[in-house]
Amino acid sequence: MNLPHYLRALRGISTRELLRFVHQRERFISALVRPLVWLFIFAAGFRSTLGLSPTPPYETYILYEEYITPGLIGMIQLFNGMQSSLSMVYDREMGNMRTLLISPLPRWFLLVAKLLAGTLVSILQVYAFLLVAWLYDVRTPLEGYLGVLPALLLSGLMLGALGLLLSSFIEQLENFAGVMNFVIFPMFFLSTALYPLWKLQESSQLLHTLAQFNPFSQAVELIRFALYGQFNIYASIYTLSALTLFLSAAVIGYNPSKGMMQKKGGK
Amino acid sequence: MNLSIAPALSVQNVSLAYGEKLALDKVSFTVFSGDCLILLGPNGAGKSSLFSLITRLYDTREGSIDIAGLNLKRNSSKALARLGVVFQQSTLDMDLNVERNLLYHSDLHGLSRKLAKLRIQEELERQAMFDRRHERVRQLNGGHRRRVEIARALLHKPNLLLLDEPTVGLDMPSRKAIVEYVHQLSAEQNIAVLWATHLVDEIFKTDQLIVLHKGTIRFQGSVQQLLAKTATPTVADAFQHLTREGK
Repeated sequence: MNLPHYLRALRGISTRELLRFVHQRERFISALVRPLVWLFIFAAGFRSTLGLSPTPPYETYILYEEYITPGLIGMIQLFNGMQSSLSMVYDREMGNMRTLLISPLPRWFLLVAKLLAGTLVSILQVYAFLLVAWLYDVRTPLEGYLGVLPALLLSGLMLGALGLLLSSFIEQLENFAGVMNFVIFPMFFLSTALYPLWKLQESSQLLHTLAQFNPFSQAVELIRFALYGQFNIYASIYTLSALTLFLSAAVIGYNPSKGMMQKKGGK
Repeated sequence: MNLSIAPALSVQNVSLAYGEKLALDKVSFTVFSGDCLILLGPNGAGKSSLFSLITRLYDTREGSIDIAGLNLKRNSSKALARLGVVFQQSTLDMDLNVERNLLYHSDLHGLSRKLAKLRIQEELERQAMFDRRHERVRQLNGGHRRRVEIARALLHKPNLLLLDEPTVGLDMPSRKAIVEYVHQLSAEQNIAVLWATHLVDEIFKTDQLIVLHKGTIRFQGSVQQLLAKTATPTVADAFQHLTREGK
């Protein structure tokens, strides 16, 4: 197994993921509509009720729409990460996953390639969302559109790795409803996506602490700062650490000698 | 071990248990190049478990499996590169076309685009499917999907072709075409074939047989030896005779 083989496999996995995304138009539309509903309706409604004082990276008072945009980008990636985990459970049930797992490449590489491909799809979704937001006059500095790319890569990988880890535990598709209830909603609402930490602290110290340690909050902050051309070191290290943790656990979960695959394959 | 003369598949003393239940009990056999070995067993005999071990979806904890002389545990990537598989359930991407599905597989096996296109044409033409390469898999019937899956399993020129009940759910003409094609492959291209089935009419007189029942091998040998051993006139009778025991 040599470098061209790895690159070709990465090309194959990414192309498949992108083509599947293009073919599933409903998935693309719903991925785009979901954050736009929040932006057009929810944010517009809350604009007048939620006063936000300037906190970094913002230098002046901003509209709520502007505050919520990084959170909605995070939401796109969170949903995409979970959706690719759903597709992995589906693939495993339907057997497609087997063709991937019996390829003559190390399993960790196959999982990382799958993760990269899923992140690529989420980045496309994010840019489509940013374009619509721009047309709606929710704009960030021009350099932010490019500066956010590495942040999106890191946050997308982290959230995708979480999905991957979950998919190694989930045995059936039906359990995805549980993922919605117990992972997506708490992660989203207990974060800085919709309100800043200090606002949450005013209501509950416990919720503030939980939101602070929620890796999704750090991913959102990483995106928020990057959109304004700033680099948030703490959020980057936190997100990177979470990625390392989730990915390592997922690789163990998919290892035939250890983790869930072994439990499924006899004791 | 000299890889050129090593059997295409060697399974030695392999056991597998799900909790207390023993799915495979010290199973041993070998398949050589050009052999078509039929793994015959009723549902729940352990065929799928055995295939999961040979494809390394599960780890072999007891016993050892070698593909073309390469140990599956120690040399898993190299061993898997010598293996082509057609699973019981279709593993094609329904929304992608035939060629896209095959290119995906070629990429996973590291074939260059030029070589992949050449092999795709070769394999599809052999099964009269080349003209349909731009059709979405969803538009194909069950028999044609199977042909594509067999073509896919052969793209990287494996030493061993595994087929897990590939004809289940197909009509008679499709079944017949696939059975004949696979037998032809083993005879003409010197590929080792391991074919799991519970349908006795898929067996040729020249085939080698293994009868698996409740995780153990009840018989191993040629069709003639099977009939002689069980003193029965047909393979169907012999199969029934062997799988009735120990119930």
